[in-house]
Amino acid sequence: MPNQPKGAIVGIGVTPMGKIYGRRSVDFAAEAIALALDDAGLTKNDIDGLLINANIPGDMDVRSQMVLGFENLTLVNVMSAYGSTAGSMMQYACMAIREGLANTIVLVYADAPLTPSRGAGQSYAGPHRFPLGGMTGLRAAYGDFGANPAYAMAARRHMHLYGTTEDHFGIIAVGQRKWAQLSPWAQMKTPMTMEDHHNSRWIAEPLRLLDCCLVSNGAVAVIVTSAERARDLKQPPVNVLGYAQCAPGDNLRTDRHPAVETGAKRSGEIAFRMAGITRDDIGTCQLYDCYTYTVLVTLEDYGFCAKGEGGPFVADGKLAPGGALPTNTGGGQLSGFYMWAFTPLSEAVVQARGQGGARQVARNDYVLVSGNGGILNYHSTLILSRHASG
Amino acid sequence: MSQTATKPIPVPDEISAPFFDGAREGRLMLQHCTACNAWSFPVRERCPHCFAAKLEWRQASGHGSLYTFTIMHQVMNPGFASAVPYNVAQIDLEEGVRMVSNVIGIANDALRVGMRLEVSFEDVGENVRIPKFRPVVG
Ligand SMILES: [Zn+2]
Repeated sequence: MPNQPKGAIVGIGVTPMGKIYGRRSVDFAAEAIALALDDAGLTKNDIDGLLINANIPGDMDVRSQMVLGFENLTLVNVMSAYGSTAGSMMQYACMAIREGLANTIVLVYADAPLTPSRGAGQSYAGPHRFPLGGMTGLRAAYGDFGANPAYAMAARRHMHLYGTTEDHFGIIAVGQRKWAQLSPWAQMKTPMTMEDHHNSRWIAEPLRLLDCCLVSNGAVAVIVTSAERARDLKQPPVNVLGYAQCAPGDNLRTDRHPAVETGAKRSGEIAFRMAGITRDDIGTCQLYDCYTYTVLVTLEDYGFCAKGEGGPFVADGKLAPGGALPTNTGGGQLSGFYMWAFTPLSEAVVQARGQGGARQVARNDYVLVSGNGGILNYHSTLILSRHASG
Repeated sequence: MSQTATKPIPVPDEISAPFFDGAREGRLMLQHCTACNAWSFPVRERCPHCFAAKLEWRQASGHGSLYTFTIMHQVMNPGFASAVPYNVAQIDLEEGVRMVSNVIGIANDALRVGMRLEVSFEDVGENVRIPKFRPVVG
């Protein structure tokens, strides 16, 4: 039996996102799980597995089960590969279900780093996060904080090698803002032009403010069960046809070139083979977009264009509404909301079901999802479909 | 933001002490594996190439080239409030390791990927110096 679904997604819950203050991560998680259960037509008692995506503040630990009130779970864990974790969680959930370890599993990511006095720039990289001992202190002494410098340096290297320009990054941001205007979940609705992008302030050259993802308070929950059980539930099942990871390793070696090859390449090849489809079958991509550059390099490494040609590839606006390869159709993390790979995953489910409303893409047979964590250190790929095989 | 905020000053720990001791004396010290002959960075207990706990400290050449760089504008730490815009760079050393550092002695807009660099030590606190890099002249 070729290409049997690995499992199926039967419920999603997305809370209000953004500058919503005074609530703990676990409270957002509870709301997202309640929304997902309602979406799936299930109750709390149907859940026997809970996988929690560790967040940066570390407040979504395994004890969250007690706060959430889950009982008699036969599978529970906290998982972490940063922004690629949603893909790893999907793998674990599907394997556990097929192995009979649990029947219906909640995957959840929740975060609440924003406070009225701590904005997006400081929320993940404030001085309190930087102990001064040893090598960590050395990084701090150079002013190398958080993810911005390293992604900016990868983007610069790409520009140097391949002639990628600020316009290429800008068109990605502008296109995703157009999608965000069509999504009820998106935080950023104001129209954006290329001039707006080019005039936005530098964060870490060559990356401007509008090249960088948002930071959000909120939560997303996803419910996974077997493809068989999924058939009898409320929503059209979204089958998981392929899943893979690739963690390329330490980039602080002169034989490593994260601008030339990321984990998307190997992870993508494995996932496509598993699903029994090719890139041409993909109607829409939901790609991890911590920065505009990440989208560009991920498209290259998945093979949608030749290495180095990501800039010219996106330049015609093909990722935007009406384009040939609709991508990040909820606005992504640049303009939608920042919930690590639960942003692309939740949007992929909407598109695969055909419930995207004004932003629904026409070709939704096969949806490609990427997760990316660290500084292009961890990559996950999912291929989702309403069809049971590739 | 406090106007008196200073840049973070690294505190050597047990494992990184030879690196900082070397820097204080103007030498770039890196770990070299006597089992497999590979260099590694950042500092660690065992060779990441072969797992041997046979890392010894050796003085590196201090020569390399600018692999890539960014100009930081966002103030992520109050100590850098008056330093922006400043560069953060990745330098590929001849030994095969890629170090993050700052390039000094050159305007940010004159930085070029691939330019040749050499180590130069900068005082950052009482009895603490760290390796930075400057363009090779000539
Ligand atoms: Zn070795």
